Amino acid sequence: MMVLNLFLTFFKIGLFSFGGGYAMIPLIQREIVTLHRWLTMSQFIDVIAISQVTPGPIAINAATFVGYKVAGVWGSAAATAGVVMPSVLVSLGLTWAFLRYRSLAVVKAMFTGIRPAVVALIVAATLSILPSSITNFAGLLIALLAFLAIRYFKLDPILALVLAAAIGILIG
Amino acid sequence: MLPPTPLRLFWTFLAIGAFTFGGGYAMIPLIKKSIVERPRWMEDEEFVDAIAIAQSSPGPIAVNIATLTGYKLSGLGGALFSVVGATLPSFIIILVVASIFLGVQHNSYVRAAMAGMRPAVIALMAQAVLDVGKTAVKSRFSIVLGLLALVALTVFNVHPVLVIVAAAAAGVAASRLGLAQVPNGAEQKEQNKETR
Repeated sequence: MMVLNLFLTFFKIGLFSFGGGYAMIPLIQREIVTLHRWLTMSQFIDVIAISQVTPGPIAINAATFVGYKVAGVWGSAAATAGVVMPSVLVSLGLTWAFLRYRSLAVVKAMFTGIRPAVVALIVAATLSILPSSITNFAGLLIALLAFLAIRYFKLDPILALVLAAAIGILIG
Repeated sequence: MLPPTPLRLFWTFLAIGAFTFGGGYAMIPLIKKSIVERPRWMEDEEFVDAIAIAQSSPGPIAVNIATLTGYKLSGLGGALFSVVGATLPSFIIILVVASIFLGVQHNSYVRAAMAGMRPAVIALMAQAVLDVGKTAVKSRFSIVLGLLALVALTVFNVHPVLVIVAAAAAGVAASRLGLAQVPNGAEQKEQNKETR
């Protein structure tokens, strides 16, 4: 029962991958390439490359891609549902608990500690993709212009991405 | 103000999902704009807390943020519609890529567009740092804690979930010792006196 197998494997990937994004790649690789041999290593590298040029979380891209390769459209639906479900269930549980207990002093104290750590997490994530994102002077200019336009001229972030892509095509 | 119905959340997260390049954090300014700023469905501080909870759950951060934003604003239906909205663009695009456009990552136009978009993603993330920072870093305690967390993450490669757990413990310890000011802290101060 290949569709069920896909669902369960990606459920496991979704459940045990904390941190999102590239932190999930080693786990996905072990399940898909090493254990199940659904993709070869070079196909897997292609999936990562495709994820970099398409929107959305890499785990979802990998699930959809692998599911389609192994068992067609139903396979991709099963794999995608599998990878998303643990996130949804755990997030629901945490949100329910947070909404229920957030007025407790101890929970408030926890979040006064957690909030500055969230800023640190975003800074760390930005630093980690910075070298591969801004590789030349044109890139630096695009980043600065986009930042100023969003910050001070209230440019819509989505429009900023579209304009940056157009500039990339024009100068590329 | 338009109420956040499941269907409205679906369309909001569909747009966000279609433009989430470069990982979940780059979607923070997008979500903030369409959830916190335009319709004021959420307060700044609630939004920061939502990001913190999303980081503590397994799986893609984008899915987690969609789930808990949807749930908070419109219950289980809201969570379901938000997640499907956030997931659908990548699902459809990858199906198209896998079935008819397998070489997309080598296409020169796609590569040029991405080369332009990647620096803009950095700009979005810098924007997220400032937005979240303004809400989250207000006291000397939070500056010190934020810097410690940053060093732990970047220099010592400590796992993000561990950093969040440690930060929560630090928050509790600091409030017990009276080092940090907890919002609406009147009852908190009372309790501190009692525990002493």
